[in-house]
Amino acid sequence: MSPDAYLACHHCDLLQRRPSLPPNGVAVCARCGAFLCRDRRNSLDRTLALAVSGIIFFIIANSYPFLSLNIEGQTQETRLTSGIFVFFQEGMPWMGILVLVTGIVFPLLELLGLIYVLLPLKVGRISWKTAAVFRLIRSLQPWGMTEVFLLGILVSIVKLASMATIIPGIALYAFLVLIFMVAATTASLNPELIWERLNPEN
Amino acid sequence: MGTAEPRKLNTIDLRVPTTAARAGVVACHHCGLLSRFRVGPRLLCPRCGGALHLRKPNSEARTWALVIAAILFYIPANVYPVTHTTYLGSTQSDTILSGVYYFITTGSWYIALIIFVASIVVPALKIVALVFLLVSVRRHSTWRPEERTRLYHITEVIGRWSMVDVYVVTVMVALLRLGALANIDAGVGIVFFGAVVVTTMFAANSFDPRLIWDAMEISA
Repeated sequence: MSPDAYLACHHCDLLQRRPSLPPNGVAVCARCGAFLCRDRRNSLDRTLALAVSGIIFFIIANSYPFLSLNIEGQTQETRLTSGIFVFFQEGMPWMGILVLVTGIVFPLLELLGLIYVLLPLKVGRISWKTAAVFRLIRSLQPWGMTEVFLLGILVSIVKLASMATIIPGIALYAFLVLIFMVAATTASLNPELIWERLNPEN
Repeated sequence: MGTAEPRKLNTIDLRVPTTAARAGVVACHHCGLLSRFRVGPRLLCPRCGGALHLRKPNSEARTWALVIAAILFYIPANVYPVTHTTYLGSTQSDTILSGVYYFITTGSWYIALIIFVASIVVPALKIVALVFLLVSVRRHSTWRPEERTRLYHITEVIGRWSMVDVYVVTVMVALLRLGALANIDAGVGIVFFGAVVVTTMFAANSFDPRLIWDAMEISA
């Protein structure tokens, strides 16, 4: 018997036979209606491509100023990490760590981890500690908050627009694209496909 | 410290609907693989190496502890200022709520709405929802398990959006650093607010929705 012939609902623990899904189909639990599993076309190739381009935009977003502010003739340039440094300088290290981790480190780890897992799978190999790495990036996922960060940036722009002239920089556009890449990576990934490849028998 | 290798599954009789726990099977929380449950030393998933539990360990006690911590943080988060703004020589301190009020008076009502919902309504609703779920589970309630599962799922998913105010403060303290001309400093309120977001996210994560359904089986 294949270990994947059955599955248990994560929300109510009901045991069910794993359904065979049509292309892009979604299965929900027979008892509580929670999401069970889904089918994604070319899931692994697509996710890998999106993760690689995500890394490129991540580098641009963190290397250039994302907003410049002009007030009474004085200009100030800001990078994504500037606010984190300010928190450390002002004696709020925990805020600095929180923003650093949720806005920058975890999203980066997620993209790097996906490439680490998917690239060798593409050529039929399994990299060292793949299962542990994939488990880690799956559990970090709720804590990567790039899209919430973007909403925060947009709110700040509106908030400061009455005080000063705000000039968006190249990093802001790169960050916008990055968020689409991260969201598309999450949407295209079918984690079951990776777990199936890591079955103990294989 | 010894770890037991869970035995492999053979066949499961599904002619009568049953839960994994009742069938003596444990589903890995990380990768979903089913393994035979065995009492004894710590079980690890043979596929991904994650710890296996029939139910999240001490789910109720942990969730209560984190919910109570979140309630305690919620008060200073709303009482203390989150920003001190200096503009052309004069300084003004704003709490989350006075910031919302400022946006309403300056006409940016949609920004006011985003901040009000993300920073005040969502954390409060999360706390109320988790307390409700905890009480219902403790009382072995059989009332609308599907809706309560959905409520849990929503609580789990929307929590991250509360972080928006933390990022707003981060961007503003970075942008306005021009001394007496225009300067924004973070207030201590934002630290407590960050703590609310983190504790409610951990609380939602430590609650086990399968406890809702375990009560259904006792009554059946």
